[in-house]
Amino acid sequence: MDQMTNTRFDAVTAAPHNHSTHAKVVGQDVNVFYGDKQALFDINLSIGERQVTALIGPSGCGKSTFLRCLNRMNDTIDICRVTGKIELDGGDIYDPSLDVVELRARVGMVFQKPNPFPKSIFENVAYGPRIHGLASGKAELEEIVERSLRKASLWEEVKDRLAESGTGLSGGQQQRLCIARAIAVSPEVILMDEPCSALDPIATAKIEELINELRENYTIIIVTHSMQQAARVSQRTAFFHLGVLVEEGPTDEIFTTPKDQRTMDYVTGRFG
Amino acid sequence: MAVSTAQTTPPRQTSDRAAQLRRRRYAADRRLKFFGLAAIVTAIALLGILLGSLILTGYQAFVQTHVTIEVAIDPELVDRDNPASGNYRAVVADAVQRLFPEADDPAVLQEGSRIVTNGAQVILRNMVVGNPGLVGTTFSLQVPVSDPYDQLTKGVIQRDSPENRRRLNDAQISLYETLEERGLIETRANWALLFNADSRFPELAGLSGAIVGSFYALLVCFLISFPMGIAAAIYLEEFAPKNRWTDIVEVNINNLAAVPSIVFGLLGLAVFIQLFGLPRSAPLVGGMVLSLMTLPTIIIVTRAALKAVPPSIREAALGVGASKHEVILHHVLPLAIPGILTGTIIGLAQALGETAPLLLIGMNAFLTSPPGGIMEPATALPTQIFIWADSPERGFVARTSAAILVLLGFLITMNAIAIYLRARLERRW
Ligand SMILES: Nc1ncnc2c1ncn2[C@@H]1O[C@H](COP(=O)(O)OP(=O)(O)OP(=O)(O)O)[C@@H](O)[C@H]1O
Ligand SMILES: [Mg+2]
Repeated sequence: MDQMTNTRFDAVTAAPHNHSTHAKVVGQDVNVFYGDKQALFDINLSIGERQVTALIGPSGCGKSTFLRCLNRMNDTIDICRVTGKIELDGGDIYDPSLDVVELRARVGMVFQKPNPFPKSIFENVAYGPRIHGLASGKAELEEIVERSLRKASLWEEVKDRLAESGTGLSGGQQQRLCIARAIAVSPEVILMDEPCSALDPIATAKIEELINELRENYTIIIVTHSMQQAARVSQRTAFFHLGVLVEEGPTDEIFTTPKDQRTMDYVTGRFG
Repeated sequence: MAVSTAQTTPPRQTSDRAAQLRRRRYAADRRLKFFGLAAIVTAIALLGILLGSLILTGYQAFVQTHVTIEVAIDPELVDRDNPASGNYRAVVADAVQRLFPEADDPAVLQEGSRIVTNGAQVILRNMVVGNPGLVGTTFSLQVPVSDPYDQLTKGVIQRDSPENRRRLNDAQISLYETLEERGLIETRANWALLFNADSRFPELAGLSGAIVGSFYALLVCFLISFPMGIAAAIYLEEFAPKNRWTDIVEVNINNLAAVPSIVFGLLGLAVFIQLFGLPRSAPLVGGMVLSLMTLPTIIIVTRAALKAVPPSIREAALGVGASKHEVILHHVLPLAIPGILTGTIIGLAQALGETAPLLLIGMNAFLTSPPGGIMEPATALPTQIFIWADSPERGFVARTSAAILVLLGFLITMNAIAIYLRARLERRW
């Protein structure tokens, strides 16, 4: 318990060489249960605005579970129960009066396996803005689609084939399409669950480059199994182990001078 | 610790024992393939025997022997202003007289009149009512010969069998042969089989009433079970909490699909007809009863189709903030539609062949005209087969097989459409 409090203290205060302004997402004493089985234990983590936070840890430690709490994707799992408090800009996202649909527009998500809709490329990106009523006409919708595809560095590759199916793109292009789809509804936070695990190194490099650009405007939380990737794209890193948040801090510190032995073991490849 | 494989002895793939083992494994592969092949060959052979025997007995019903008669519509007998109530019996008698101009023996003429179908009067009456301009004219017309002579022409009744063993005596046959010699007898395609309604006379009996009745019943069945089945499946799959109650509902839907169809017929009789007072023999009731059987099928296939939609698509839609109905209607349902349609068509095809419940609600009435709507008495294809199979006339034997072939034709068409739709629609995503 003492250690937990410590960790929490570290997490909230330690951000010395970061220009981050304020905590965008704050989790307090988050516990998650799948039926009787507890997957996360008293997670206290605050995530700074407009920076990339990497969640790392061995398989099954609860990274995805935590990520999916942040846009309440866990609501769709019947047996999943979340306690504690998660705030987005100071507002509790588990408040019963909160509108989940709006939350998911503010907190976008990119999944492990690229999952474009089996519809046209245009429709993939236009779908979100359309259901949320973000565009007041066809021209505006087209503008949003183009802007989003440009931000996802996909525009040049697909501008001549917007009517073709999104599933006909290459894996890397599909993943960028999914990022464009998430961007199109103007989210504040983008959650990425191992976005490159199904991609080859070149496509991965493209996505990482893209993440670096997106950091200017979005708060990004990325789950990754690759230490190199975490080191390349993130400013801060949180290490999870067996459902516990072991340590959180600036990425270079986590990788060079971790405070916890378990983190040390993990980042040096001794387990996981 | 990760390199423990180095310590195990290397496998000896080349040893005799391994080679022998491999041979045994290949032998097992071949055996499995052989059993599968044998099963398929047996199934196809059985199907071939079924179709073969149906075609052998049924093909004769697709042609019908006709005799050409010369008809004079005497204005004395048929009033131009009221053609419906003319004396067509006399018109036909006159035509028979013209068929045997030199015969003056009334007994011969009476035998002769038996060659022409009994329904000739009705055929003529319908013609003249449809075109009153025929009154006062003389024209030649092909009408079916009555059933025994049709059987004689088709060789079912054999001329060289003993006279007392056949339905036509020598005098009758020789009278008929004079017509054959004059070239008045012709065997041609029996469109009446498809376009006539039922009749007591096999040479006039057709399936149009049954086809229309089956169509109406299936339409009612589809309109009830398709929307209800999809709605129920969507609720169960997407909204219902997973608890004991939904488990019970689920088990019972599966049970419903396994209930013998005759039970649904009894239910329809007791509830729809006796309680609600809906008309007997009506395609409306038939369709409602059939929908009780189709509904569970559609629920089950729809749920399977919904389940088969990859969860990643749901997550993608939820991830951009789609609400539940948007996820279902915009993403899940369109992907499930091919499966749902295929299952529905197969369910309807089953309903098309269903006989027992329709017998119970009286869709086996003897009706000589197709139903004009879903509330009017009707038969259906399988019940029509049942009626014909029960009829004593020789001509109905072949017609029963022919009707079965027609029914099978519809079933195969429906299943082919299902397969085509599945291939077509699934390519799109
Ligand atoms: N839908 C679920 N139902 C039941 N248990 C689940 C469910 N999803 C996850 N869990 C359990 O919760 C724990 C955390 O899972 P989670 O998917 O968050 O791990 P992870 O860190 O993302 O792992 P990985 O790196 O393999 O993706 C695991 O023990 C897992 O078995
Ligand atoms: Mg995961």
